[in-house]
Amino acid sequence: MESVAQLLEKIPKYDALPETISALMPILASSVILFAMLALAVLFMVWLERKVSAHIQDRLGPMVVGGWHGWAQTIADALKLLLKEDIVPASVDRVLFKMAPFIVFLGAFAAYVVLPFGSSSFVTDLNIGILYIVAVSSLSVIGIIMAGWSSNNKYSLYGSMRAAAQIVSYEIPAAVAIMTVVLFTGSLSMVDIVRAQTGGIQNWFLFRNPFLFLAFVVYFIASLAEVNRTPFDLPEAESELVAGYHTEYSGMRFAFFFLAEYANMFLVASVATTLFLGGWTQAVPASIMPQIVPGPVVFFVKALILIFIQMWMRWSLPRLRVDQLMYINWKVLLPVSFALVLGAGWMATL
Amino acid sequence: MEVDYSGDIMTLNMGPQHPSTHGVLRLELKTDGEIVADAVPHIGYLHRCFEKHVENVDYAGVVPFTDRMDYCAAMNMELGYVLTVEKLMGIEVNNRVRCLRIIMAELSRIASHLIAAGTYGNDIGSFTPFLWCFRDRETILDFFEETSGARLLYNYNWIGGLMHDIKPGLEEKIIEFIDYFEPEVDNLNRLLSDNFIFIKRTAGVGILSPEQAVSYGVTGPNLRGSGVKFDVRREEPYLGYEDYEFDIPVGLGEHGPVGSCWDRYMVRIREVKESCKIVRQAVARLTPGDVREAVPKRIKPPAGEVYMRTECPRGELGYLLVSDGSLKPYRLKVKSPCFTVMSAFREVSRGAMIADVVSILGSFDIVLGEIDR
Amino acid sequence: MNPQEIAALLSEKFGQRIPESDADALNPWSAVDPSSILDVCRFMRSDGRLEMDHLELLGGVDYKDRIEVVYVVYSMKHHHRYTLKCRLPREEPHLSTVESVWKVANWHERETYDMFGVLFDGHSDMRRILCPDDWEGYPLRKDYKTPDSYRGMPV
Repeated sequence: MESVAQLLEKIPKYDALPETISALMPILASSVILFAMLALAVLFMVWLERKVSAHIQDRLGPMVVGGWHGWAQTIADALKLLLKEDIVPASVDRVLFKMAPFIVFLGAFAAYVVLPFGSSSFVTDLNIGILYIVAVSSLSVIGIIMAGWSSNNKYSLYGSMRAAAQIVSYEIPAAVAIMTVVLFTGSLSMVDIVRAQTGGIQNWFLFRNPFLFLAFVVYFIASLAEVNRTPFDLPEAESELVAGYHTEYSGMRFAFFFLAEYANMFLVASVATTLFLGGWTQAVPASIMPQIVPGPVVFFVKALILIFIQMWMRWSLPRLRVDQLMYINWKVLLPVSFALVLGAGWMATL
Repeated sequence: MEVDYSGDIMTLNMGPQHPSTHGVLRLELKTDGEIVADAVPHIGYLHRCFEKHVENVDYAGVVPFTDRMDYCAAMNMELGYVLTVEKLMGIEVNNRVRCLRIIMAELSRIASHLIAAGTYGNDIGSFTPFLWCFRDRETILDFFEETSGARLLYNYNWIGGLMHDIKPGLEEKIIEFIDYFEPEVDNLNRLLSDNFIFIKRTAGVGILSPEQAVSYGVTGPNLRGSGVKFDVRREEPYLGYEDYEFDIPVGLGEHGPVGSCWDRYMVRIREVKESCKIVRQAVARLTPGDVREAVPKRIKPPAGEVYMRTECPRGELGYLLVSDGSLKPYRLKVKSPCFTVMSAFREVSRGAMIADVVSILGSFDIVLGEIDR
Repeated sequence: MNPQEIAALLSEKFGQRIPESDADALNPWSAVDPSSILDVCRFMRSDGRLEMDHLELLGGVDYKDRIEVVYVVYSMKHHHRYTLKCRLPREEPHLSTVESVWKVANWHERETYDMFGVLFDGHSDMRRILCPDDWEGYPLRKDYKTPDSYRGMPV
């Protein structure tokens, strides 16, 4: 944000603006930049998902729109969704129904504020960064329940109740797995966590010790459940609940749910990158080869690898049942994550 | 596990428009949270009263109607009907017709089981097997198209013969396909059948005991999934099935009790391999001949009544044909395998979870066109 | 057992209640007195020599002067098949249900009721199954006239 503020100051007569506005301007500008970046990333991810799924399924996927491998397909789809009629069924709770998609998106979007894409590319570096992410990203549950309840549809209700139970439960092992990392850094700031991992691949928390490696696995599984990806996509289980909590949505509001889903995917991949894969730092130690590739590029590549694994799992695994989902959380992941905290704590005191 | 259903019960109408009711079926679910206290199937949304229609057309004109019952395995549907009429009229067909009918029926069985397996994967939440299965089914449909001109509803089996002979060279292509396809089945097993989550979702769910299965008149793969070794192709052979070597796979209960959804699914996968064997043997037995040799000029069976059943992909298909000696059938009653298995649905799915209801329904592999007729 | 033996066994056991048999037909059958269909079915299901555990088909045939309900039964163990026929009057035909013998009869009887109007006494759920509940007439009867409209929709 600081650099954005400096840029803004170069605008002529910027100083002449009232102080309240000039204080708000950097916030506004960085939100717009972040949103644009996110929208682009989501467009790319949707295209990637279609391509990945297509090749897993022995087809080609989009090939026509835009020429090269249908790169413009998602842009066309997004335009179509934005231009479609926004149907609000007659018997819904109108206010909640209209608000819900934006709240779901907000939960995902607000967390991006503290993500450090590069050593100086982040909006702000909160000293409680990771805690903030855990707190804010669960806001989307409220939106999902609002959507499910206000739709006045039993499938939506089922979907939202499943989502609420699932996201709230899986947050616990995810947060405990994050705690193992915090034990080593002693700081909740995202930037500090990345800085603690500089100096090559051996310093990444993923490879630091076995407890942290397992913590990464626990976090990855729990995060899949948090963002409702297969095998944990019960809230929108197509074959049971039609489309879950967004059954009744169409047009732009549906697009926002879609955007939020991919924004969430990118968010958990980014958090995993920051916590375990050394964020923007390169794999080779700087003493051997100085970092030429810009930090954000390294960060995106790492995040995309994780996203690719998410997609790979989605297109090869069946879905769990709701009791099995809870079993995995409370009887497997939670005890394991507590054991990991103990182990990692012991390692940290060595 | 005993479940107390005294809590608040919510009625959930699953269907007639729903992604996993496999057609226009309505399930009235009484749900207590995620648990289904009662599931009442309502059928008839696709009822065309086919049995009334056929009373007004001549015998040969019935074949296209039978195609439209089970549109996923139309070859087998029309085969059952023409065999019934041939039995009533005492027509004997030559070896080439018999072999070609077996080839087409078994290819159709493979195609139908591929739909069953693929959509079942989809019901459980895995989308990829669906497309893998449809990719291979496509090749079979190409063979049918090349032979009969149609991809779904063929009208290929005629009373007393076949519409056309196959194109020269098709038998080599079929063998080539079978050579390619047999290893592909193992690939599907690796992706879906042996998947840990898939087994957890299907084994031990929707158990249909052998006694229940027989009492409910369940037939075909669903009956064999319950461990009853019964196949019409073996018990009452037609078209010379007695000379073919093939096994009858039954549910073995590798994962939990026999008669679960996984067993029913796995019986189909194993049957596909057996069908491949039969196709190989039938192609080897092909002899030259005229496929329309025994087609009667005028189809006017004697007055009488005949019942004939054949093994369709979804179970036994029985035709009760009553003839009054005229040019039109007096009455044609169809015993549809999906109809009987659907009547067992309520008992099997009681106390299951919503996701299990989908799983059970998928494992029964129903086609609504045949239930409603 | 072959059809002749089954026919002989049935007439020996039930005497006058089996008015007619044809064991040499393409589809060997016996006519059963409508009032004793349940007894005959129970006997065929439970007798060790018959053990007809599989009800293959239950359906009606309209012969203009009467309605016949046809039962095709099969034994999974002994591999023999036999057909029973019940001749009913066209006006208010009713018959005792065999649901207690074969569970599948439940749906088959509902279909026969739906298509021919044969009522099955003692049936647990005697509703129409394929047609809507308020449909008029029984479609597979020979004198059935298709209505012009159903609830204002042209048929």
